Amino acid sequence: MRILKNLVLLGGLGGGLFAVLWGLISIGVLDDYTLQILCTAGLNIMVALSLNLISGFTGQLALGHAGFLAVGAYSTGILLLAHVPFPLAIMGGALITALLGFLIGFPALRLRGDYLAIVTLGVGEIIRVLIINLGEFTGGASGLRNIPGYAQNIMVNNPAAFLWIFPAMFIAVALVANLIQSSQGRALISIREDEVASQAMGVNIFGMKLMSFTVSAFIAGLAGALYAPFIGYLAPGGFDFLRSVFFVIIVVLGGMGSLTGTILSGVGLTFLQEALRTNAKDWSQAVASLFGTSTGGLTIDFVPMSQVLFGLVLVILMIFRPEGLLGTKELRFTRLFRGAK
Amino acid sequence: MKPLLSAQHLSMQFGGLRAVHDFNLDLAVGELVGLIGPNGAGKTTVFNMLTGVYEPTEGTVQLENRKGGTEVISGLQPHKITRKGLARTFQNIRLFKSMTVWENVAIARHYLVPYSLPQAVLRLPPFGKAEAEIRSEIQDLLAIFKIDGKAEWRAANLPYGEQRKLEIVRALASKPSVLLLDEPAAGMNPQETLELMDLIRFVKDEYKLTVLLIEHDMNLVMGICERLVVLDYGRTIATGLPAEIRSNPVVIKAYLGEDAVHA
Repeated sequence: MRILKNLVLLGGLGGGLFAVLWGLISIGVLDDYTLQILCTAGLNIMVALSLNLISGFTGQLALGHAGFLAVGAYSTGILLLAHVPFPLAIMGGALITALLGFLIGFPALRLRGDYLAIVTLGVGEIIRVLIINLGEFTGGASGLRNIPGYAQNIMVNNPAAFLWIFPAMFIAVALVANLIQSSQGRALISIREDEVASQAMGVNIFGMKLMSFTVSAFIAGLAGALYAPFIGYLAPGGFDFLRSVFFVIIVVLGGMGSLTGTILSGVGLTFLQEALRTNAKDWSQAVASLFGTSTGGLTIDFVPMSQVLFGLVLVILMIFRPEGLLGTKELRFTRLFRGAK
Repeated sequence: MKPLLSAQHLSMQFGGLRAVHDFNLDLAVGELVGLIGPNGAGKTTVFNMLTGVYEPTEGTVQLENRKGGTEVISGLQPHKITRKGLARTFQNIRLFKSMTVWENVAIARHYLVPYSLPQAVLRLPPFGKAEAEIRSEIQDLLAIFKIDGKAEWRAANLPYGEQRKLEIVRALASKPSVLLLDEPAAGMNPQETLELMDLIRFVKDEYKLTVLLIEHDMNLVMGICERLVVLDYGRTIATGLPAEIRSNPVVIKAYLGEDAVHA
């Protein structure tokens, strides 16, 4: 019953949040820029969530989720450019990625721990290099251009994207939450806790890992699929190893094995990164104007400094909360209402 | 009578080391057999071969399956062997530490769960019905072992003795016909060991189990085992009733050295 209650509340909360945000967008309080960051946060949360499923809950460290994101994005981009109907193109991108996850998982998941991390890292890089070299389909290094957006009118593309991305994120959260709170989910967690014992208790650990990896690829692919028409232009450089690491950071910071933690840190880190990026531009200009345009041939670029600050925030958080913001705990929304009874 | 579990000519070779050599064992239905021997004799290796963790270099293991037929289980993956009715506990406790007590038991029932993944994700009626059944079934099982009050505890927070107990409960939940206990009394005080002996007897009678156990605690072994198999350096050096084993000079020599036999 508690599960059901939680779901109803979660649904209410999600619907409510959606209504409020949509209201703010309609009356123009949330500007287009904020909306864009919100959409980016939604997509980041989806990928981080999928990564948490395989790494946080199943205990199999994966470092190549930018690759899955890329496959979803490029598949959908190519399908859209081929005039495939919009919903089909989105689902197509997600399903192609899931299939790829299944095929990669077959050999890769026989490895454990560090070895799996290296293999997934390698796969992520292979995907990126393949995209660069399959120029005929992907546009190569110069990228895939003019992908049709969510709306015909480019001015309302972001609100239209929000209408897709927010519900999709919500479905992804519900999917992972329901999966985790089932016998299958318990089996996944038991694999993380102790593979030998799990197997000795009759759990088909390889099968369960493969399931987890495939679902993970599906969600990451769905995020990629939604990303393509949102951004309209795909370049292989955006799907490199650092992108994968960014998702790992979201998961670790939120807590390996905490869904609500991933959501919190996904929103937080997306906004933090954006804030540091834009402010760094201001600093760089301020410093440049202070010293003149040239300081003896040396130009100081403060944009990379934002990454230093970003790293600093992570270091501090990891020192004081090594288990992540929430550890393996969840924010339970029923708790909010318990006092009212 | 046809044995329930039968190991024939089992050998395990690790590179140049022969950990177990020509091990034979027939377990009849309802027997309680002890596997003893000095440290490093190969007892746990035998367990690992029986449960599929290792594939024996030579020999076969046969188990009577749930339909009454006999089948070869050596070479199968551990989870398949468990599903055929061979459950085990571990020498060093291997609970799922961060999971709750009832969840630990639920893992052993996972392979019996009737709902599919889509049904679970979409929360269709079979899911709710089955989950309620699993919960009440596990609660009953925990009640038998008097740890139902701690169903929501994290397994890691249980006292040591109850962790050992939970391992046995968890193994039972997989509905085995044969239960393998790897040093169940390790780290227990004499009082706890006595309680454990009662528990093992109770479990065996209540669930009509056949039990094979590894143990160092001679009081426990002599107290409850009906038959003993003694291993030393991977070879079976003696088999027989506890009383016979106790006075067997070969066994005394293996445990205490040459001089002890003449003392």
